Amino acid sequence: MTPPTAQVLDRNATDKPAANTLAIADCDVHVVPGDQKKELFPFLEKRWQDYMSTYGLRPRQGFASGPAYPKGQPDAARRDAYPPGGKPGSSLSFMREHHLDPLNIQMAVLNPLRTGQGMQNLEFGSAFCRAMNDWQIAEWTSKEPRVKASVVVAYEDTPAAVAEIEARAGDPNFVQVLLLSRSAEPFGQKRYWPIFEAAAANGFPVGIHAFGYGGAPVSGGGWPSYYLEEMIGHAQCQQALLMSLCMEGVFERCPDLKIVLVEAGFGWLPSLCWRMDKLWERMRDEIPHVKRPPSEYVREQVWLTTQPMEEPEFKPHMLDLVKWIGWDRLLFATDYPHWDFDHPDHALQVRITEEQQTKFFLQNAMDLYKPQPVI
Amino acid sequence: MLLPYLEDYWADTVQQRGVHPLDTIGYPVNAPLTCRPDWRVEGQKPGTSLERLQTDALDAFGLSYGIANCIYGVQLLFSEDMAKAFARAINSWMAAEWLAKEPRLRASIVVPTQSPEFAAEEIDYWAQDKRFVQVLMIVMDEMPLGRRNYWPIYEAAQRHGLPVGIHAGSAYKNPVTPVGWPSYLVEDYCAQSLAFQSMTTSLICEGVFQKFRDLKVVFLESGVTWLPAHLWRLTKFWRGMRSEIPWVTEPPWEIARRHIRLSAQPLDGPGDAETIETIIEHLRSEDMLLFATDYPHWQYDGLAALPSGLSDGLIRKMMIDNPRATYSRL
Repeated sequence: MTPPTAQVLDRNATDKPAANTLAIADCDVHVVPGDQKKELFPFLEKRWQDYMSTYGLRPRQGFASGPAYPKGQPDAARRDAYPPGGKPGSSLSFMREHHLDPLNIQMAVLNPLRTGQGMQNLEFGSAFCRAMNDWQIAEWTSKEPRVKASVVVAYEDTPAAVAEIEARAGDPNFVQVLLLSRSAEPFGQKRYWPIFEAAAANGFPVGIHAFGYGGAPVSGGGWPSYYLEEMIGHAQCQQALLMSLCMEGVFERCPDLKIVLVEAGFGWLPSLCWRMDKLWERMRDEIPHVKRPPSEYVREQVWLTTQPMEEPEFKPHMLDLVKWIGWDRLLFATDYPHWDFDHPDHALQVRITEEQQTKFFLQNAMDLYKPQPVI
Repeated sequence: MLLPYLEDYWADTVQQRGVHPLDTIGYPVNAPLTCRPDWRVEGQKPGTSLERLQTDALDAFGLSYGIANCIYGVQLLFSEDMAKAFARAINSWMAAEWLAKEPRLRASIVVPTQSPEFAAEEIDYWAQDKRFVQVLMIVMDEMPLGRRNYWPIYEAAQRHGLPVGIHAGSAYKNPVTPVGWPSYLVEDYCAQSLAFQSMTTSLICEGVFQKFRDLKVVFLESGVTWLPAHLWRLTKFWRGMRSEIPWVTEPPWEIARRHIRLSAQPLDGPGDAETIETIIEHLRSEDMLLFATDYPHWQYDGLAALPSGLSDGLIRKMMIDNPRATYSRL
């Protein structure tokens, strides 16, 4: 496969990315099966193979293939991220050469997005998620120690999601449980609690990645017109679900729970925390189960990946922002192979100390995910 | 209270069909945020006493003008005709019961957004009364507010030199959060500032301010501190995807500074003056904030409607210069 237009970059020895000496962890990398029948079907029961061929995926959106809003690039991918004859994010050997080696990546966390999550048919969704987890091991983590997988679960079916988490517990191929932000109902709600409890009990942080198919418009005031608006809206979705987790008391009930908000920036966090704290104070009688100001739970139990990183008009304002959030809460991510990729050399446009740099680009992620070798 | 101001057919309808008051679940009468304890009047709905408004707000804060925004469930109705009738009744009630009795009061024109055509007619009708100083919408309506569907409203507002006030509130035609209906009022209210983020995106991306170059939009009860980081994000994405909206030819943060104003209560900052000062720096404009009491809502106590950390110069601008520049009728 090649990108659908003629403007394909011809990658040769002279235009490879410059070698990057700074060791980094990349907390948001996207992968897809290059050949679904060959790679995924071995892990999917015959019934669901047939279902997929006959009925298709059927998420909570109208188009049979392709996203609700056409992306900025084909498959939202960088033009130079197509392996020879394949889809972006489908080849380990290409990713090594194109991404892991030149950017000196110590750990890459895989977040597969096209899985059984958000499917209308919950049984199918669970089977598809399970197959994607097996596929991540077979094609990625068993072959490359720097790559770690996420346990994708069909979170609209709570018992099935819990069973999948328990089935992967203690498996060093996986470093987190993965949900998508646009759920059917806010994630703090009671129906989802067993998922968070199971993740916490089994030592998995829960990554919540932007996107998904909950069925609700991406704004509280209806569907916008443009892809650009949908993308920006992922920040409002993450705020809404974080607010829900706080106000429903999920962090209070589940003190070992660690939440990672993936691919929605982080600039909005301080303002949201100030607002939540004030409202908590004012309406504590409505939510007596929330014992402390919401910002305290956020400070202890929430991390955020950085891409797409906000870019202030006056660059040093970024330092105020990170100071409010904490240098220990942000996990660097590139979003490879997607077109809105953040490069570690260019994304953070301010001078920081060596200690801050180490935490931001590598150590926070290592401390949180604690990747273990696959034996 | 509204019956005498409704046309006969609608007054009859209200009585025959037992139409309930259009109060929404957004501000339950007894909820703490809805009214400050010392501003409550025994046995009365908050914000229904002119006398208390005079003493508690106009006199207490020494105001020359107070702009009244009536947040009532007109936008929640599904019938365009019914919405038109109720909007007319609300505005008539506002003129007769409030503006006629208190010379310091000004008001906003409630419009039936269900039909932008009717809404524009309502603006044309009340614009002749100079005591109406802005058009009023709510932040969560059926569609994002930048959509062309609503442009007849902006066209009428601009033609009469009226800013469009967008107040916290939902028509409840969509879940109030983009991930579904929450459980608690505290979430409903908290989510208002998320909707203001979305509508900032919508108004700018759809090109409302390219089309209506003289239009000012005033965010009311929106919170403030979310704005700088949101504009950083919006401008970054515009750089990457501006080919999708080629009519937006300048960075969103510049458009926002020119066209968007915010009432500064609540501000949603932390308590300390130093951080507030930093947030104001992040705004990179002293022209955007407008003083507001948010009377009778319980956002602060005493007369502390202004957070600490603001310079005297900025306070003067918020209380005098910026409102005058925004509201040509003040």
